[in-house]
Amino acid sequence: MTIHSLPGPDDIVRRELPNGIVVLLRPNLSSLSVVVTGYLSAGAIFEPDDKLGLASFTALALMRGTSQRDFQQIYDGLESNGASLGIDGGTHSIGFYGHALAEDLDLLIGTLAETLRQPVFPTDQVERLRNQLLTSLAIRAQDTTEVASLAFDELVYAGHPYRRPEDGYPETIRSIRREDLIAFHEKHFGPVGMVISIVGGVGTERTLESVTRFLGDWENLNQPIQPDLPPLKPLSGTISRQVNIPGKSEADVVMGVAGPPRRSPDFLVASLGNNILGQFGMYGRIGESVREQSGLAYHASSSLSGGIGPGPWLFIAGVAPNNLEKVITLMRLEIARFISEPVTSEELADSQANYIGRLPLSLESNVGVASALLNLERYSLGLDYYQRYPDLIRAITPAEILETAQGYLHLDRLAIATAGTFDTPG
Amino acid sequence: MNESLTKLTLSNGLQVLLQEMHTSPIISQWIWYRVGSRDEVPGLTGASHWVEHMMFKGTPEFPLGVLDRAVSREGGYSNAFTFLDWTSYFETLPADKIDLALRLEADRMYHSLFDANEVSSERTVIISERQGSENEPLFRLSEEVQSAAFRVHPYHHEIIGDLTDLYSMQREDLYHHYRTYYAPNNAVLSIAGDFETQSILARIRELYEPLAAGPIPPRLVRIEPPQAGERRVSVEGPGETIYLQVSYRAPKADDPDFFALNLLDSLLTGPTNLNMFGGGVTNKTSRLYKALVEKELAVSVNGGLQATIDPYLYTTVITVHPKHTASDCIAAMEAEIKQLQDAPPPVVELERALKQARAIFAYGSESISNLAYWMGFAEMFATLDWFTTYLERLAAVTPADVQRLAQTCLRPQNRTLGVYLPNSTTP
Repeated sequence: MTIHSLPGPDDIVRRELPNGIVVLLRPNLSSLSVVVTGYLSAGAIFEPDDKLGLASFTALALMRGTSQRDFQQIYDGLESNGASLGIDGGTHSIGFYGHALAEDLDLLIGTLAETLRQPVFPTDQVERLRNQLLTSLAIRAQDTTEVASLAFDELVYAGHPYRRPEDGYPETIRSIRREDLIAFHEKHFGPVGMVISIVGGVGTERTLESVTRFLGDWENLNQPIQPDLPPLKPLSGTISRQVNIPGKSEADVVMGVAGPPRRSPDFLVASLGNNILGQFGMYGRIGESVREQSGLAYHASSSLSGGIGPGPWLFIAGVAPNNLEKVITLMRLEIARFISEPVTSEELADSQANYIGRLPLSLESNVGVASALLNLERYSLGLDYYQRYPDLIRAITPAEILETAQGYLHLDRLAIATAGTFDTPG
Repeated sequence: MNESLTKLTLSNGLQVLLQEMHTSPIISQWIWYRVGSRDEVPGLTGASHWVEHMMFKGTPEFPLGVLDRAVSREGGYSNAFTFLDWTSYFETLPADKIDLALRLEADRMYHSLFDANEVSSERTVIISERQGSENEPLFRLSEEVQSAAFRVHPYHHEIIGDLTDLYSMQREDLYHHYRTYYAPNNAVLSIAGDFETQSILARIRELYEPLAAGPIPPRLVRIEPPQAGERRVSVEGPGETIYLQVSYRAPKADDPDFFALNLLDSLLTGPTNLNMFGGGVTNKTSRLYKALVEKELAVSVNGGLQATIDPYLYTTVITVHPKHTASDCIAAMEAEIKQLQDAPPPVVELERALKQARAIFAYGSESISNLAYWMGFAEMFATLDWFTTYLERLAAVTPADVQRLAQTCLRPQNRTLGVYLPNSTTP
């Protein structure tokens, strides 16, 4: 795959419909299938504290019945044709993903449009869904990774919307009424800020015609714009929280800080550095220390989320409770090394090659390309981003990584959340 | 699959499957060994999986750490899987970098070091992996059901092995397991992607033909006697949620009845997705979803059939609604099964299931990694033809076949029924 065969301005079609919907296309006519994915500007960021989970609840309820068809009829249309469509809530947006045989593009876009525009939130379906959500939350409460992550968010994002779980808490899910779903949908669902990415075996004109036919006349004059995120108060010291869950054989640790947003100039530098720290090969330096040399955990790594706002820069491991402190110490040692000395030129060259070399692999499938196109739009990267990407990566230096890491990672200002079965209170 | 598929066996017994696919500049290589957890005896359970871990611990040519980094450096990704019947390793790389993967797999077929310190370090890693799984109620339930369903056959134990064996196995046990089963005449190499067949074949011959065939022992065969009655197990643990697992003895993959059961599964719990990479289809219009979830007896239901050498299990997993019991779900499930036992399903319902299977097949066939996976996977329990004729054999299933499988396979006497009971609901 040469630079010019990577997605770029020559073969990505970007159209903005008069109602504001942005359509991104890259036909792949050798494909038998088509992927439709995207997002709307209606996420958890808009929900009040006492209704946490409202955006997600609303999104999941959309396919439970419309003014035209009931739940079974909607899914019968999809499943009878081997198609699949799902809509779910996120922090800043409602996301959707579907795939079908290429001949069924209209089925997919038509069902998406119908469920986004004409849901009726049948009472019995809303209650059924509520019970399913409550069961999911009961399962979440037993999941050491999830519980540690929730605790981490509460520590790092105190006073910030990112502290809140998108799927809410049992008490907030119980408090959400059907009228809340209707009101949230009426107010927040609309074409402004909606992006739809379509990749597969359907031509450009045919695809644009389908999107325009089903979604081109959608309007919501009262749709609010995304609120600005409040500033995040930095941690003033290292803070820890231990959550006890009886009966678990392994504990999870989630530690770290808030990292750079995806649009920040720091992001790509931090991301490449993080690859060295906790991803490359068998989980980078963290994996080498915790798993390979010490044999303390099956999984130990670090990750950087990016996103619209300051997503987390995480150091995570699943470990026997009696080894938890050892693992935290080893991860802290690796963070200390990462912020005190530059990565080696060999490490940097390895990760640069990894980042550049894996790009074609991530773009092999229709879903890979469709997701890549969404990222271009969501983070204003420019249609030529993937063609510029190798040069952007090659330009990063060890000194930049060190300087960037020092701006975010501080050993005396970490959040450390653990969940598992512990003999002593944390 | 098309005419550019090449299938041959080298002089040392290595089976080679090559499928050119020029849609993307990528090549995916998979090597499959005919060894899995079913080849382990008590005391050595988990050996196949542990050996898989040790294959990443270095050879003289690719020392510890070099191997993973080499693949990552080229932008590739790799992984390995241990199953009941087989162990496989794959690398997907940019096409011009595939020589690395070819050299790496040929090398570690014979030259993995199994350094004693690394064996020791990996022991705690695998125990940690197992303990992580034990955190999950569904793992604990599945392990109990599996062991109850097989009293004799080595499908009895979990792939990761029993904890006691993970503590006691030694380096010599693992190295012996490796040396016994890792040889070209016990392996299948399946490669798909953007290559020219004669060129890559010449390289494969160069790398693999110097490797000698080994004295591979016959597969461990301990035939499970017919099941004479329902078996029930229960597991208690933390949480609030009741899970139900219902596992019926099922035909082996190359039994014609496997395909009838596959369609029966589609009707009951939604289409089976055997792809490693590639999308599936939801199951909200399946019979059991309607009977259990729509009736609010359960919050989810899923089913699946594994393709195995010997008869294994057809399993349905149900997350019970908080206001109901496992018994309520069992009764509703049995009522649905009875309908299929009493009357064959409508032809139109089978046609629908077939279209779903065709769609899932199309989704999977677009991934080079998935195509290479499928070719070798099919050889592990049948032959490549099993894959190439998969849709035809599904299409040949009649409503009467589905009814017969419902009558013969989905009898209570043929099942093991497991319930996970949260401590909070037990007296």
